[in-house]
Amino acid sequence: MKFTEEHEWLRADGDVVVVGITEHASEQLGDVVFVELPEVGTQVTKGDDTVVIESVKAASDILAPVDGEIIEINETLADDPGKVNSDPMGDAWFFKIKTSDPSQMEDYMDEDAYKDFIG
Amino acid sequence: MSDTLRRTPLHALHLELGAKMVPFAGYDMPVQYPLGVMKEHLHTRADAGLFDVSHMGQVIVRAHDGYDAAARALEALVPVDLLGLGAGRQRYGIFTNEAGGILDDLMIAHRDDHLFVVVNAACKEADIAHMRAGLTGCEVEEIADRALLALQGPRAEAVLIGLLPDVAGMRFMDVAVLDSDHGELWVSRSGYTGEDGFEISVANDNAEAFARALLAHDEVEPIGLGARDSLRLEAGLCLYGHDIDSTTTPVEAALSWAIQKVRRNGGARSGGFPGAEVVLEQLENGASRRRVGLRPEARAPMREGTELYDQAEGGVSVGRVTSGAFGPTIGAPMSMGYVPSEMAETGTMLYGEVRGKRMPVKVAKMPFTPANFKR
Repeated sequence: MKFTEEHEWLRADGDVVVVGITEHASEQLGDVVFVELPEVGTQVTKGDDTVVIESVKAASDILAPVDGEIIEINETLADDPGKVNSDPMGDAWFFKIKTSDPSQMEDYMDEDAYKDFIG
Repeated sequence: MSDTLRRTPLHALHLELGAKMVPFAGYDMPVQYPLGVMKEHLHTRADAGLFDVSHMGQVIVRAHDGYDAAARALEALVPVDLLGLGAGRQRYGIFTNEAGGILDDLMIAHRDDHLFVVVNAACKEADIAHMRAGLTGCEVEEIADRALLALQGPRAEAVLIGLLPDVAGMRFMDVAVLDSDHGELWVSRSGYTGEDGFEISVANDNAEAFARALLAHDEVEPIGLGARDSLRLEAGLCLYGHDIDSTTTPVEAALSWAIQKVRRNGGARSGGFPGAEVVLEQLENGASRRRVGLRPEARAPMREGTELYDQAEGGVSVGRVTSGAFGPTIGAPMSMGYVPSEMAETGTMLYGEVRGKRMPVKVAKMPFTPANFKR
């Protein structure tokens, strides 16, 4: 698993990357009340705002970690956004992206580096 | 930065309870505890929540000739009937400016031979200066040696009765000075959540022990500013500096109910407060805009600053959201904001622009959750 400085976790399986947010991010956000997901089939570029998460405090964005196409979204989050707090590293993944450039995954931190990053 | 922030007498207790602290109105205040905003909110509606509101200003207004003289003096600053306020009763009030705008909102209690006033933290210096300048013949005393706690929720009465049996006889908006193991307590049956509950002023030196005695009950959880905000918004209550300010009049703000008949046109003490011509004229003929409740149709909250439109595309903004959040009890987003009076009817469909998209939102009745007061 890889991690971004925006506190996303990325799990790659071949050229498909599953994207969620870390436990640390979910704690910082507070209770999540709304998740806006992209449409399946959307082409995204690394760094694009792809998901909006609204917590009791504020709205924040999840960025596309790599270039590619959104091939699946976690529709259960629409009815149960609280999953982002209860199971951020598991059930509460946001989307799967089929990347056109797997080498972009090399830009990201491994678990030890991420732990150092959040202190 | 943090060393310039003021601390309430409960500051050490907040840290011990694991609160996340934030700067608010010049104070270092708990925004949430480990329970989190959502559960703190729901707990308050189901059981009881304890809030530290010691940052708010507590002021005693006294005149040599007793209550009526002090009440008459303060009526020159607020459009409220204070001469008609019974002893042991409290009433909501508004300081107006010469344009009829709102300088602050406040609670005013008739206590024996004087008035006890509670004002917003961010406005308290200005309010005290305003009263000292405007209340001739009155002594305006800021009470700096007392903390203020709020115990709110359906279980608040049962909890407080254990410490203060006399509160059982109080009803909504009653005030009383009661002796206790924690010294003299100044109690009002009121709050800022839409629930039954109490606000209790306690000497600084006794505040922590009193708070611990309340928190010792399983029904009581400490509640931070985050849940305080979502609770008051569900209850349809204004937050000064957001939903009301010096540019909004009481009529525009849908606070006309706070202006009793005796202060309106034709009343025995009509007018006589700053901006009375503007406010009384609007009471007769209406204002061009009005604060309303708003319920977004989708799940995305429409937060403060969201522009409102009367059509799904094009056109110009007709109003703006002044407070918006997710309501944990209603399980849906909620907002309040100002719209043209002709669009203020309940059920009117408007559109709020969220992240560049127009999203449908309906004008809705407030409070969003039914009030649960002990009348």
